[in-house]
Amino acid sequence: MSVFNQSRSRVIQIIISAVFLIITLQLINLQLFSSKYKLAAENNAIYRKIIYPDRGIIFDRSRKPLLENIISYDLVVTPSEAKTTDTLALCALLNIDTAEYKKRMREAIFKNTSVKPSVFEPLLSTEMFARLSENMYKFPGFVLSERSVRNYPYNTAAQLLGYIAEVDTSFLRKHKDEGYEMGDYAGMNGLERTYEKVLMGQRGIKRFIRDNKSRIQGPYENGLFDTVAIAGRNLFTSIDVDVQQLAEQLLQNKIGSAVAINPRTGGIIAMVSSPTYNPNVLTGNARRKNWGRMVMDTAKPMYNRAIKGQYPPGSTFKPLGALVALDEGLITPSYGVGCGGGYAGCGSVYVRCEHKNPGHAANLRLALANSCNSYFSDVFRKAIDNRKYGNATKGYLKWKEYMNSFGLGRRLDVDLPSEDKASIPDTARYNKDFGGKGRWNSCSILTLGIGQDRMTATPLQLANLMCIIANKGYYYTPHFVDSIEREDTEDKEMLKKYRTKHIVTHISDSAYKAVHDGMHDVTVYGTASAINIPGVEYCAKTGTAQNPHGKNHSLFVAFAPKNNPRIAVAVVVENGGYGSVAAGPIAGFIMEKYLNDTISSAGLPEVERVTKINLIPAAIKQWYYRKDSIRAAKLAEEEASAKLETATEANNKANTEVQLELNTKPVGSNDTAIKLKIKSPLLLPEEQRKKAKGGKP
Amino acid sequence: MSKQKSVSQGIDTTVVWLYAILVSIGILCIFMVEYRNDGHWLQSFFNGKTSYSKQLIYAGVCAALATFILLTDSKLFTAFANLFYAFGILLMLSTFALGKNINGSKSWIPLFGGFNLQPVEICKIFTALALAKFLSRQETDFSKLKSQIIAGIITLLPAVISIIQHEAGMALVYFCFFLVMFREGLPPTILIIGFSFVALIISTLLIEPNTLAIILTVSVIVTIYLLRKQFKRSRGLLTLIIFIWAACVGIQRFAVPFIFNNVLECYQSARVYSAFGKDYDCSQNKRSAKKSDKTPKKPDDYNVRQSKIAIGSGGLLGRGFLKGTQTRGKYVPAQSTDFVFTSLGEAFGFVGCLVFLLIYLFFLFRVIQIAERQRSTFSRVYAYSVVSIILFHIAFNICMTIGLFPSPGVTLPLISYGGSSMVSFTILIFILLRLDADRQMVLR
Repeated sequence: MSVFNQSRSRVIQIIISAVFLIITLQLINLQLFSSKYKLAAENNAIYRKIIYPDRGIIFDRSRKPLLENIISYDLVVTPSEAKTTDTLALCALLNIDTAEYKKRMREAIFKNTSVKPSVFEPLLSTEMFARLSENMYKFPGFVLSERSVRNYPYNTAAQLLGYIAEVDTSFLRKHKDEGYEMGDYAGMNGLERTYEKVLMGQRGIKRFIRDNKSRIQGPYENGLFDTVAIAGRNLFTSIDVDVQQLAEQLLQNKIGSAVAINPRTGGIIAMVSSPTYNPNVLTGNARRKNWGRMVMDTAKPMYNRAIKGQYPPGSTFKPLGALVALDEGLITPSYGVGCGGGYAGCGSVYVRCEHKNPGHAANLRLALANSCNSYFSDVFRKAIDNRKYGNATKGYLKWKEYMNSFGLGRRLDVDLPSEDKASIPDTARYNKDFGGKGRWNSCSILTLGIGQDRMTATPLQLANLMCIIANKGYYYTPHFVDSIEREDTEDKEMLKKYRTKHIVTHISDSAYKAVHDGMHDVTVYGTASAINIPGVEYCAKTGTAQNPHGKNHSLFVAFAPKNNPRIAVAVVVENGGYGSVAAGPIAGFIMEKYLNDTISSAGLPEVERVTKINLIPAAIKQWYYRKDSIRAAKLAEEEASAKLETATEANNKANTEVQLELNTKPVGSNDTAIKLKIKSPLLLPEEQRKKAKGGKP
Repeated sequence: MSKQKSVSQGIDTTVVWLYAILVSIGILCIFMVEYRNDGHWLQSFFNGKTSYSKQLIYAGVCAALATFILLTDSKLFTAFANLFYAFGILLMLSTFALGKNINGSKSWIPLFGGFNLQPVEICKIFTALALAKFLSRQETDFSKLKSQIIAGIITLLPAVISIIQHEAGMALVYFCFFLVMFREGLPPTILIIGFSFVALIISTLLIEPNTLAIILTVSVIVTIYLLRKQFKRSRGLLTLIIFIWAACVGIQRFAVPFIFNNVLECYQSARVYSAFGKDYDCSQNKRSAKKSDKTPKKPDDYNVRQSKIAIGSGGLLGRGFLKGTQTRGKYVPAQSTDFVFTSLGEAFGFVGCLVFLLIYLFFLFRVIQIAERQRSTFSRVYAYSVVSIILFHIAFNICMTIGLFPSPGVTLPLISYGGSSMVSFTILIFILLRLDADRQMVLR
């Protein structure tokens, strides 16, 4: 019998072999030809934990930290382990109710599942931290986890330093290949943004093995592939924190800006845009609220007017007008005009001058000291109508080229993001204004010569212009960062543009001397004569820019000392009137503080006075007032209602019947309300409250 | 002394060695799954709390059991085969009363000390014995249809019971006895029809219904054209071909969708579909829809996906002993029982798997060799039953882990964690060795 079917044994062996062959083929397919599984396994199991290095610190010129890192604590919860926690005690400590506790727990579970830790209360105050850490044993599942937060010991330079914030999707899209991930913090503005790569350091990555519920099992390959976090490098800036603070103080209650530059290096000593804010309000747990408030503020505290504000330079432009003519050889320092109270060279356009006495513009020095409009109108026309270039358009183009080389009408490339280039208008603009090519001439644009017309400049550009004049023809691109800790070649490349000397003119020193002398005379007997720096001779030029929207803007540019200048300043105060009134004293004190290290005792009451001058335009004041009154009204309302509630409690008892009646009827129907009024002489608390609100002014 | 000699005499040491090797590999695999990097692994090997230490205990129990079986007389098995079978069926039926629900199937009987017995595992042995007994009867003529039907009933009765218990995978294993019957003279047409049927179902799942109908029709027309001269001789052939065509199209168009939509549960259908890389739309499933009003949700193939990731990530040489992240992270569910092969595949890669499969293959071929040297039909039929059962277990289990077959919950012989499975395979193999030791005897 067994012999009969012997051959079938072979068949069965073949079947077995076939089954094993199929298995083997599939194994070959899976293990040898599908690389995706290896990747899938890694995605599954390897948890990359980013180890954040400390961000670099930004120092001022005397190595005082403008910002630093402090350790802050978050209360972190792992919901699945927090079941036995003393909820009531925790709520009492955190000043929340159990409903809030449950809500946060639900959110935590929703966001991060119940087995992973999530933040329960971020950025605890030191007091809260102390109270909690004593009681942590009562709260299993909760831990205090530390994190590094920015702190600004001097409460200053908010707009310059910028801020860091959690990256959002649009940021991630823009910086795709820079290794940011959701939840990272990055510099969003100011120096934090520009030097983000230097400050952020190198993040370390630790790899862990996690299980199917994302719990960490241990290091992956014993940390073989881990990288160490390298701390961010520090920045050493040219900011002088004392000057910066003083400038901020002086610009309080004003809208405007001040920039002080060291002309020898281009290092910015102080840069203020007012109104500003305390950088510490954007750290900590009130960040979101403060952020919202500042974004809504019509005075734009986060807007850096020093690099974005565009102001007509007015008379502060005049030294530059002279320099252009000098460089072109159109005038010499001894060139003079006879001004009888205005410039009438253009017939139809008459430019008035503040001075009538003859000889006030007999040479460049006098013209500058007296800020003679006629003189500079004349000089401007000379530049535009220069024979060399044939016609006004070509002359204008050459003039514009000069402007650009002096840093006007173009970005200076300061190391802050979103610098504005302000405006030196294009010929196209004038072609449009005057209805065609060649239909305008030097007379049409005459007021450019005295810094009006369509020309605008940022305070930074004006300060840079002062540097060029102070340096007699060269400048370094204004910048904050002098050096970077452990500078590498890449950093050197980045800072190279701030270490290159830009030579602008080839005017002789004697010609410059005339300009310096003229500007010095401004401070001696001219418009700035009231502003003194004890023991220092300085050069300045005031400016009063016409403002079509309101009171004139007050401008003041200066450099000091006259010989061997160490500081160049430009101050703009919006709606400040004459340059010497609002902007002048501010610039004066900035220079005094920087050069003398202190304000003389005689100057202190003056500082006090300037600080108190309030030049906020009425519209903005109105806005503040309204906002404040809304807040006050809200507060009053809350108080009133709290009072009413206690008062009406007794009434309520008597009123319950009426209220019940109300409740049975459709709520919100006018009809009911009226009926109710008729029925009952008593007012409902609801209505009483309304009345209280209405009665308030 | 003489008794001692008689125990070890004639025992096939190769099989014993292979058995020991496989059990050791099993414990190793379970160790890889359960291992925790806490420095106490050696202690936990013997504390009886972890799965691998339990498996070690089972192995000890099995060794005792094996010795006991080898000490018995071969005649015992022939004598009690039918009684055992009856007992097995009774045991399976008793689960309806005593059954404990584990993983959704009520097929376990709780025993003392927290151990559970799955009668369907043990019943395989009894079925094998009963089939061997039946086929070795002198009055049985297996070429007769009646005998074939009786043999079929013997093997499929436990399968039917386990289907009722929602143990579809185990039921499938009972089909392995057709391989044994084939060896004993079952007409090959039944096997061929069986294979064709499976092929038809698979192609129904893979190919668009209309396309498949067209393919079938075209192939039938081509066959008729080729055989047109034959029809003159026999009219029946044409009728047969047309009948086959009608049956195929009927199955493909109506029977298969009916089975998936009305007979099987949504999750079962989805598993079958996903094994062939298709999505099953549960909204078509009438049974699930009837059960609950809410729309039946689509179950995902998480198990198989993770299992494939684990094996696939092994590559050629594997990720190394205890280094597999899928295993350590417990991504593969039921990894110490049904998906134990994944830990091997991940840790030792293709080479490891191949070596492992070769051990199995060698084992099976060795048992076939043993089968063919038996004098008595009883022993031969039993030996072939052992081969078939183990083959089906291996095929179903490994094909499930590598995504070739829907996951039916069949253990990997001697490797998977679990006392029931381990004990039943030990008994299965050592009865064979006992019978083989007495191969000179003619057992009836």
